[in-house]
Amino acid sequence: MSRKKLSRRQFVAATAMSSAALITAPYIRGAHAAGKLNIGFWDHWVPGANKASTELVNEWAAKEKVEVSIDYIPSQGNKNLLTIAAEAQAKSGHDILAMPTWWPHAQAELLEPMNDVVEALIKQNGDVNGTVKYLGKSGDKWLAVPACIGSQIKGPCSRIDLMKQHANIDVQAMYPAGQAPKADAWTTDAFLKAAEACHKGGVPFGIGLGETSDSVDTVGAFFLAFGAEVVDAKGNVVVKNDNVRQVLEFYKKLMAFLPSDAPAWDDGSNNRWLVSGKGALIMNPPSAWAVAKRDAPQIAEQCWTHGFPIGPKGRFAPFLPYFWSVWNFGKNKPAAKSLLTHLSQPAAVEKLVAASGGYDLPAFEKLTTLKTWAEESPPKGTLYHYPNPHNHQKLSISAAGAPPKIAQQIYTQATLTKMCVRYYRGEAMEKTLAWAQGELEGFMRS
Amino acid sequence: MVDVAVERNSAAPAPKIRKRASLRTALKRKSTAAFLMTLPLILLISLLVIYPAFYSLHLATLNKSMQRFVGLGNFQFLFTRETFWLVVEQSCIFAITAVVFKALIGFVVAHFVHNIPAKGQRKWRGMLLVPWVIPPAMSTLAWLWLFDPSYSAFNYLLAGVGVDRIPWTGETGWARFSVILVNIWVGAPFFMIMYLASLKSVPDQLYEAAAIDGANWWQRIWYVTLPMMRNIIAITTLFSLIVTFANFDIVRILTAGGPLDRTHIFATWAFRIGIEGGDIPLGASVSLFMIPILAIAAVFILRDINKRGNEA
Repeated sequence: MSRKKLSRRQFVAATAMSSAALITAPYIRGAHAAGKLNIGFWDHWVPGANKASTELVNEWAAKEKVEVSIDYIPSQGNKNLLTIAAEAQAKSGHDILAMPTWWPHAQAELLEPMNDVVEALIKQNGDVNGTVKYLGKSGDKWLAVPACIGSQIKGPCSRIDLMKQHANIDVQAMYPAGQAPKADAWTTDAFLKAAEACHKGGVPFGIGLGETSDSVDTVGAFFLAFGAEVVDAKGNVVVKNDNVRQVLEFYKKLMAFLPSDAPAWDDGSNNRWLVSGKGALIMNPPSAWAVAKRDAPQIAEQCWTHGFPIGPKGRFAPFLPYFWSVWNFGKNKPAAKSLLTHLSQPAAVEKLVAASGGYDLPAFEKLTTLKTWAEESPPKGTLYHYPNPHNHQKLSISAAGAPPKIAQQIYTQATLTKMCVRYYRGEAMEKTLAWAQGELEGFMRS
Repeated sequence: MVDVAVERNSAAPAPKIRKRASLRTALKRKSTAAFLMTLPLILLISLLVIYPAFYSLHLATLNKSMQRFVGLGNFQFLFTRETFWLVVEQSCIFAITAVVFKALIGFVVAHFVHNIPAKGQRKWRGMLLVPWVIPPAMSTLAWLWLFDPSYSAFNYLLAGVGVDRIPWTGETGWARFSVILVNIWVGAPFFMIMYLASLKSVPDQLYEAAAIDGANWWQRIWYVTLPMMRNIIAITTLFSLIVTFANFDIVRILTAGGPLDRTHIFATWAFRIGIEGGDIPLGASVSLFMIPILAIAAVFILRDINKRGNEA
């Protein structure tokens, strides 16, 4: 067997070629040249909505040559909150993680500033509402990107027939599809009268007074409508004021017309109330209507989503935005920012809104008049006013006004709801206020 | 019996051989083998129990933003909170009431089952264990539907006989009753099976001797059965007390601590504050508050067991 001899020249040439190949190999643009990206999205309750977000992500990944993996994390059992807490402790986790309402502020120190992304999106899609700024911005730093997926308004969803029959209110005339609202007469007094009439008619309003978010959001909107501030923007406890007394009186009257078990309600109770046909109004995003569409179409045909009643200090509706955040210990921040920009483009937003059946709300003002809301049915136009297209009401969140970290405690502990229930159950007004003062002072921990 | 065979009158071996021999002897020791066999469990417990326990101790000494050491500051803060003392009171009511009823029901049912002829006893034992075998999160969901504020199956039946609806989870008293009831339902079979095993180990001769002495039913229970079951009762009570104090799922699913925080216990309130409220150090402090209470209970109960063991 002959053995070929390697000359010195051949050896040098082979070494040079293999070195060049080794050095340049990482820069060859392969299928996943821009690295990996782990995403933790909120697991949407609407069937098919996750598919739309997966398609958008894959479309971007193919273009940018990024390997992506998506986890859909449900909010049932607070699994999303547990994930946020665990990743914050471990300083490791998803490159993009969906965070609801208060969580960007709660994890502010660990989040990558998103000014470059959000400011460009605002320039493109219009400004965001005050609640998004309040929850998503700390000083000049954008903590996260306002997400379309999961963001919602919890406004009234009324039964057209029952409101006409018992309260003599035509909600479709008050909030006509495709037109600006004509709801000057829709005041907190009118609301109270309607609640009384429907209660007498055996179809009470289904408003919860428990400690879960639906109850807290509704009571928060009424507190704001009465200008009832419990902690001011500087963090001072100011609960002992006349506006708070006034709203507690209002709620005491209202509670007399609500189901007697409302203090035990959770976020599913009001949905069941509407779908079972027992009530004339609930406060909810269109999820209850969507369930009715599937399970009780004759009830869905009578549902109309509209605005809140106006109080002495204005008309407020609870808005609960979701955010997409990037940890400052994330491994692929440029790719994360690029994907979030892609998901916030008008075409992507339109696709997400359509996939969610109109449930998801983009935060940007130019994106609140998409055709999905105008066309969803039955009845046609039922969701037209859901995204607040005419800026008819101020979008806000319960306990807004207080510094976010304090407001989060007020919200989570359902302090406002508890005040209403205590006062309704016969506790003296000043005793309720003193109890609230003690609770609020406890939330000032830093 | 000695564990190690000692070789006498042997000449001093070379150091290498001695080292190998001592390793072999060490491995032959029962205690070494026992240690090696339990090592995986020790490692697992260290990883999943001891490390998190010390980590939560560390968390409890930090401020809300977890950037500053505050020593016992979180506990000092908790002691000033009205809701905290409400939770302490409720946890004690919940655990003590539930354990007492679980023990009583378990004791009575164990006697009934013990007196069933051996042929049919196995079926009864199996059926009575069902509530304990089903995962509590699942069975509590079924209870939730029975207690549902608006569509309670119990209320439907009550309405059928003309009784007013009961706000099972809406009124303080009824809500506390409901969570305790479900806990008893889940936990009583455990007492039953432990007591049944204990009853079966009581020698029949003792009852025969008591009968000859003219002891009645009550005296046989008091002077024979109970003294023979004491250790099992003590250990079962301690175990159940710890588990009931640390309960989370039943309260979380049925009432989530409401109405007006009147059914919160340590674990549910810790979750509300730590995870939902984002104040992890305070949540850790609430959950750690259980340890001294349970440690004191354990010392008293186990000391009693040792005493009786020595007497025996």
